[in-house]
Amino acid sequence: MKKDKTSRTPVSQRAFEVEKPTDTNTIGGTITIEINGEKTIVPLGTTILDACKQKNIHIPTLCHHEDLCVAGVCRVCSVEVEGFRTLQAACAFPITSPIKIKTSTPLVRKARRHIIDLMLSEHYGECYSCIRNQNCELQDLAQEYGVDGYTFGHVTKPTYEKDTSSYSVIRDMSKCVLCKRCVRTCIDLQEVGVLEAIDRGDKTHISTFMEKPLSDVVCINCGQCINRCPTAALHANDPSDEIWNAIDDPKKHVVIQTAPSPRAAIGECFGLAPGQSMTMELNTALKRIGFDGVFDTNFTADLTIFEEGTELIIRLKKALVDKDTSVKLPQFTSCSPGWVKYIEHFYPEYLDNLSTAKSPQQMFGAIFKTFYAQQKGIDPKDIVSVAVMPCSAKKFECNRPEMASSGYKDVDYGLTTRELAKMIKEAGINLPEMPKSHFDSPFGDASGAGLIFGATGGVMEAALRSVIEFVTGNKTEDIFANANIMPVRGFEGVKYVELPIAAVGPVPEILKHLVPSWDFLKGATLKVAVAHGTANAKKIMEDIKAGGKFSECHFIEFMACPGGCIGGGGQPIPTTPEIRKKRAEAIYAEDESLVMRKSHDNPHVIKIYEEFFKEGPCGHLSHKLLHTHYTKRGKFIA
Amino acid sequence: MKKDRKGLVLFSGYKRGDGIKRALEIGRENILFELKSSKLKGRGGAGFPTATKWMLTAAAISEEKFLVCNADEGEPGTFKDRVLLMEYPELVFDGMVIGGYTIGAKEGIVYLRGEYEYMLKTLEDYLEQMRKDKLLGDKILGISDFNFDIKIRLGAGAYVCGEETALIESLEGCRGESRNRPPYPVNTGYNDRPTSVNNVETLASVPHIVIKGGDWYTKHGTDKSSGSKLLSISGDCKKPGVYELPWGTTVREVLKIVDAEDSKAVQIGGASGVCVPVSQFDRKLGYEDIATGGSIMIFNKNRDMLHILKNFMEFFVEESCGQCTPCRIGNVKLLEGVEMLEKGEFTFEYIEKLIELGKTMQISSKCGLGQSSPNSFITILENFKDEILNKRGIGVEI
Repeated sequence: MKKDKTSRTPVSQRAFEVEKPTDTNTIGGTITIEINGEKTIVPLGTTILDACKQKNIHIPTLCHHEDLCVAGVCRVCSVEVEGFRTLQAACAFPITSPIKIKTSTPLVRKARRHIIDLMLSEHYGECYSCIRNQNCELQDLAQEYGVDGYTFGHVTKPTYEKDTSSYSVIRDMSKCVLCKRCVRTCIDLQEVGVLEAIDRGDKTHISTFMEKPLSDVVCINCGQCINRCPTAALHANDPSDEIWNAIDDPKKHVVIQTAPSPRAAIGECFGLAPGQSMTMELNTALKRIGFDGVFDTNFTADLTIFEEGTELIIRLKKALVDKDTSVKLPQFTSCSPGWVKYIEHFYPEYLDNLSTAKSPQQMFGAIFKTFYAQQKGIDPKDIVSVAVMPCSAKKFECNRPEMASSGYKDVDYGLTTRELAKMIKEAGINLPEMPKSHFDSPFGDASGAGLIFGATGGVMEAALRSVIEFVTGNKTEDIFANANIMPVRGFEGVKYVELPIAAVGPVPEILKHLVPSWDFLKGATLKVAVAHGTANAKKIMEDIKAGGKFSECHFIEFMACPGGCIGGGGQPIPTTPEIRKKRAEAIYAEDESLVMRKSHDNPHVIKIYEEFFKEGPCGHLSHKLLHTHYTKRGKFIA
Repeated sequence: MKKDRKGLVLFSGYKRGDGIKRALEIGRENILFELKSSKLKGRGGAGFPTATKWMLTAAAISEEKFLVCNADEGEPGTFKDRVLLMEYPELVFDGMVIGGYTIGAKEGIVYLRGEYEYMLKTLEDYLEQMRKDKLLGDKILGISDFNFDIKIRLGAGAYVCGEETALIESLEGCRGESRNRPPYPVNTGYNDRPTSVNNVETLASVPHIVIKGGDWYTKHGTDKSSGSKLLSISGDCKKPGVYELPWGTTVREVLKIVDAEDSKAVQIGGASGVCVPVSQFDRKLGYEDIATGGSIMIFNKNRDMLHILKNFMEFFVEESCGQCTPCRIGNVKLLEGVEMLEKGEFTFEYIEKLIELGKTMQISSKCGLGQSSPNSFITILENFKDEILNKRGIGVEI
């Protein structure tokens, strides 16, 4: 038996993994067990839950989640195992001997029903007034087990005050059933560790350090806890009422930008299987709802590639040509607001490595209230800018005091995929039935490079598609088939890629004023890395601290959420590795279907540099509007 | 400090170090053999065979192993480990050294109940003396390959930390919560190393068994429950205190020894134990009948059984670690039931439902705490229903 040494979760909250035999054909590699009288062969160390799944036997679960370590605390998955006096938790029982399991006996059924009854007795609220109505695992359990009343009573008053302090995550602990998924998500999956159970017995509840409000602790707003909460104890801070008000106000010009990940996932809220992109249908729906302009965040993703790429080139030139030792490398991406807050709290000494380029959401916000306002002849104070994001941290990001360089709040409201789906339903629209339509001018449709920002490795791939062509003068397709840069794709926690630069080409016009020649890169090896989920980010950061191979990198993409934005804290619930994979596939498929797949090919971006940011990327105006600096927060907050 | 106590095993004479000497003479296999033939079972209450536990720990392959002495004596009504530690430390610590030698541990840890902090200095001094006398530390008694030392760690007052996996969790500096099993501590215990967690009294029995042999030990007690048991006896009796009695002693005999009069009920095994009415006073203490960790609380006819039950249930509501659903919420529901009975505002149907819930808790809770907490609820309501209902003007059968 071994445990994952890197895990920070208390041992009581995780099951041990039995060392699985590499070859299940060897003696002892498998075990013959009996489930409900039927013999079956499973690999050593399989949990009862998984063994039953293989036999299509459904065992109810609540505290169990595919992404998380095992807790075995809700006990709803109890089964009978011959020879044991007590029932065993199927999720936490690794099979190491030829056991006989019974999954549906009177004792088991009664125990499960009792457990559900007990949870309902302390779960405050009624389903019809709940944000998770019809998407609640407790509700599902109650239905599955035919609960038709509150056997052991039901709380009629909230037991805890709601914590609405955070821009992103609202904690309504009266609805908590103490499955501890949020605790395991925070401490183990994300290695942030904001949430933990405190007190004992019936006073046990999930809380923060010193029971401070969520806005006052090191929460990075990633919202992964929301995605894994079985009830509505955790949910995002929903601004849809304010957005409706703005739409209904004739004086307001309400614009909306949509990020690629919500488009790849919102169909799930309308009953579609994961992995079907709704980009064009969503455009129509948003226009019908009453938004005055519907734009593609990928436009500013393309712009980000210019700004962030140029920044990298400037850093590299300063370091390699000017021998400026104050330049910080590797450069870190800054488009994930969860990651930005993570580094502010946990590695503030590396804040200078963070690209100063704002995230695509914030760049668009700044452009709406400057360039767009000018073009349309609208007073920027009358523009309300909404961003549909897969993300709960974007709500915090748009409220950062740093994000008002246009003189106004760049983005007024961050809206999650789930909240937008609710608005669409409220407007009486069935999204999958919508006709397709394009994004509005003047920003139009964007490149596939911007689109793949949604999946882990996407920002890196988008950047490389442009960098390769800028520096070598060759086509990306000449090096990577179909311009698909496979080494940076996939769900491996940390990816590391080296790209030798054998020959250099001419410097493109747009960058000539910054670098006269690429000669300094000739023969160099570009080293890049990609991490998703802050636990993986932490691995890279610790390696950099120790002077390991990642400290030699030039550019590193960090995403706070597992899988990147497609697994963001604002995405439809549930989330599993399988669902995230499907969403990523949808994004990559959409990218391949496009003609324009590189940021530097986007004519609207070229145009905005010609007409508005006339000094080019990283010029004076772009610095004012498209770049920012962040705050050293540290772990200790007064 | 030592009181004049008399008993069959633990309170019989013993000279410090003798058990260790004998153990090193006969070797590991013979120690395990004697233990096995002694049929010694864990004295904390669960009654797991000590020889098996040590064999499993000894057989586990690891560079490092631990022996933990569970001195988190927290069961309401038990105070026998306190007596052993303060008056017979030679038995406990010699037992630990023998255990460490047998399972191959280099380190022993005493997990001492937080409330016993006052003992800390005395015990530390005692350990220091053992080190000076070569009974602890490197090369014990000059044997070149046997190094073993003992450290003492204080608990912080949680009842659940008497459960071995929660105890280990607490030792590691975490919140006291029981772990999933399997795996068991004998394979994956403290710091993920094979660990044998033994009760103070179990360890204290070992030196005697090693010296006098397993067969001698089985001469005391019954066939299925060999040897003697320390009982912490309190409540309505003239001579409360710690007694060493052979297993198989009946409740009635115990009451006679401590001079209890007009007894109405005896709670055996503490709050998590069972409540025995007069009609069952001929039942025997032993693993085959009423197993106990040693807490005996005597109640005479003036006591209100419902009040007693309420006290127990309040204890569990507070002391549940709060981890698993059946224990965390179940105990609250049982307490609410007691309060309903107290007020006379209940239906028989609901009380019946609560008894069923108690039975579910017994089989579906994650650890021994929740599995045993409904015991008193079920047995008191079962055995004293007339009293509980009659007193409140109701004469109907539940």
